Amino acid sequence: MDTHSTHSLCALANRARNRQQDRRAISLHRRILCTVGLALLSWIGGAPAVAQTVSKDASKEQMQSLDEQVQEIKSDVLSIAAELSRLEERLLYPSNTQVAVFVSLAEGETFRLDSVQIQIDGELAAHHIYSFKELEALQKGGVQRVYTGNIATGEHRLDVSVAGKLPGGSDFGGTQSFNFSKEAEPKLVGITLAGQGSGDASIQLGAW
Amino acid sequence: MSAVLARYIVIAVAALLPARSVMGGDLRDLYFGEALYYAFQGHYFEALERLDAEVAQHYGVDEPQLDSLHYHIGQAEFDVGDFELNYRMHHRAGRAIKAVLEANVDEPVRNEAAFRLARIHFQKGQPDDALHALDGIRGRIPEDIRDDIEFLRANVYMATGRPSDAVDVLRDLQGSEGLKGFSTYNLGIALLQDGRPQEAIPQLDRAGQVGGGDQATLAIRDKSNLVLGTLLFEASEFGPAQQSLDRVRLEGPFSNQALLRAGWADASAANFQRALVPWSILAEREATDSAVQEAILALPYAYSKLNVHGRAAILYGRAVDVFGQELDKVDASIESIARGEFLKALVREEIRQDKDWVIRLRSLPEAPETFYLMALMASHDFQTALQNYLDLEDMRKRLVSWQRGLDSFEDLIRLRRQYYEPLLPEIDRQFRKLDAQMRLRLEQRKHLDQRLQHMLIAPRPDYLATADEQRVGAWIEQVEAGLQDAGNPEADALRLRIRRLKGVLTWSQETQYHQRLTDTHAHLRDLNADVDKLTAQYDAFVRTRQAATHSCVGYEAPIENLRGRIGGARERLDVLMTAQGHVLEAVASRELKARRERLDAYQNQARFAFADSYDRASKAQAQAE
Repeated sequence: MDTHSTHSLCALANRARNRQQDRRAISLHRRILCTVGLALLSWIGGAPAVAQTVSKDASKEQMQSLDEQVQEIKSDVLSIAAELSRLEERLLYPSNTQVAVFVSLAEGETFRLDSVQIQIDGELAAHHIYSFKELEALQKGGVQRVYTGNIATGEHRLDVSVAGKLPGGSDFGGTQSFNFSKEAEPKLVGITLAGQGSGDASIQLGAW
Repeated sequence: MSAVLARYIVIAVAALLPARSVMGGDLRDLYFGEALYYAFQGHYFEALERLDAEVAQHYGVDEPQLDSLHYHIGQAEFDVGDFELNYRMHHRAGRAIKAVLEANVDEPVRNEAAFRLARIHFQKGQPDDALHALDGIRGRIPEDIRDDIEFLRANVYMATGRPSDAVDVLRDLQGSEGLKGFSTYNLGIALLQDGRPQEAIPQLDRAGQVGGGDQATLAIRDKSNLVLGTLLFEASEFGPAQQSLDRVRLEGPFSNQALLRAGWADASAANFQRALVPWSILAEREATDSAVQEAILALPYAYSKLNVHGRAAILYGRAVDVFGQELDKVDASIESIARGEFLKALVREEIRQDKDWVIRLRSLPEAPETFYLMALMASHDFQTALQNYLDLEDMRKRLVSWQRGLDSFEDLIRLRRQYYEPLLPEIDRQFRKLDAQMRLRLEQRKHLDQRLQHMLIAPRPDYLATADEQRVGAWIEQVEAGLQDAGNPEADALRLRIRRLKGVLTWSQETQYHQRLTDTHAHLRDLNADVDKLTAQYDAFVRTRQAATHSCVGYEAPIENLRGRIGGARERLDVLMTAQGHVLEAVASRELKARRERLDAYQNQARFAFADSYDRASKAQAQAE
């Protein structure tokens, strides 16, 4: 609302107190209506009005310049992140011992996955409880890397346990064991989960 | 069309296309799937980090067509652009998509790239460039973006002052299921901009009744009804305006505006009794909202118009109190911003984990600096600045964490070195010894193999003599040598016997030669298995030995380099954060001061109106007595 108008209206209202009561009441109500009306008009503008203030006062050019600098630093930080990832992988997960386990859902699955537990050679490797966003990402076709670690070359056993709920509300779960072989290169293990419509989970090991 | 309405009316822009789903059966590259997993959750930094690395690795291999990303490379390159756009890196996104455009790609891929480039230009407020990119689309167009292209074209026409062209395009999109609500609403707005309000009103009416229960459709429906209600209100068609405003949901983002407007539609038609209903609802809502503040003042006004002066006086009195409380809050907010609390509140982790964090900011009693910033949050520029500030804070935390990570890495390397350094010399000594023995045996085996191969074409039975035969043969040669110079008859007899013995030996070796050769080959094959096992063990040892060295050697330079880069980035980031924070604080402070002035004026109005209503109520009571 126009502040100057408001102050003028207030001054008018002050003077009105000295007049006849009825006349005062009528004019005041008109003024209130006018004031509220003005407020309504400015308020309907709402966000764009604020946007104009922002554009005017905070200097759009300054904001754009800052925005460009932010984009540049994002680029730098992403580049650092990539280099750091390479260093981390080299240091912590050398390729000759590296194993990574990925989890995905079969196409069209709508069951609610609550948790996944991974054991390698009887040792707990990962236990993950899913948030709604993570589950949604899996349902859209995303693949979660649930574990990255190191194992020796040779034969290994993988136990996968899942728990969740079917669309009908009944419990869903299961455990399955697989054997896999680790060679000199990094081993990627893909696990695909499906609901089967019953309480038993279908857990499949993908070939990657 | 009034300036207010024109300012309020904004075209609806459909959200960015989400990264398309690559369902389980189609996915051939797990790391690409992982990037999508993060993107689907809105974690674009992680998504970009992974996909950038994967794409770079793909182009770095000798035969990219054998790489698993080969199956998705086209999609992956688009996704990099999408992720960059979502991470508000327009410059890089534009460059990535231009690279696709300039490459030798199929027509549909090029057209999709052109569409994405146009979208980036449009988002950056460059509609002419967007139109230029759209004009470059020709030939085969992927079916799933056909409508999106035309929708963008219509928006560009509207942004370049060609609403008539936009109307033509939008009319053809009315059946598009994916743009339901958006195309209907935008057609109404285009008609308005084109100066055809009589056609715009029924169009907005349709948009205001579009079916569908998802949040985007509900929001566009509310928006249509609010715009239509405002339009009709300004045309003094209060009844129809009321109908449209009544269709706005009571709990949606446009609810407060609609309730306030509905009240004014009734009041303008002198139906104050009806105006009480929406204003009463609105007056009970969160008092920091400016629509609610207005309703707090408008409600007693309606009562006074109905001559219920006692009730009006009470409500004006309440308004004075509420505005007083709000003024205190605003003052507290302004002070807290001056103390730097505003920026601290914005970056609170527990707030940002909530998807409705902007709304939650206001509801936090311990964050008075954010009470009046809801309207500010709706401003595109402020949101960009705020989002940049939050991104900077996010990066700052990452950089701090990485610096700590580097310290840990160095510690880890130091421990590994301490462990390996005393062990490795002795291990290497033993290994060299074993290595020499192994090489010797392998050389012997190789020699045997060569000899056997040669014997296949040039038989040498003597090479396959048994140990006994070799011993006997050596004895015979020795005896023969002893008899060489003897001339007596016994010696002749002995020579004869020796020849017979040699004949026996030769007979055995010649007659058993093939069997012996076969057996020897079999033994050599058996040896191969052992040699293979030995070689595998040897290779495993070499790898492990190399890994031992690699685990603690060669990291100094990269760590030092990374440390320098992280430190440099932090310095620049701190400067940038300070500048960005100042902008935000200044804008917030100015907005709060404007709010303060408005509240002050409202409070004064309420005070005078209270006195007036009180006088009138007293007078009425006196007359009644």
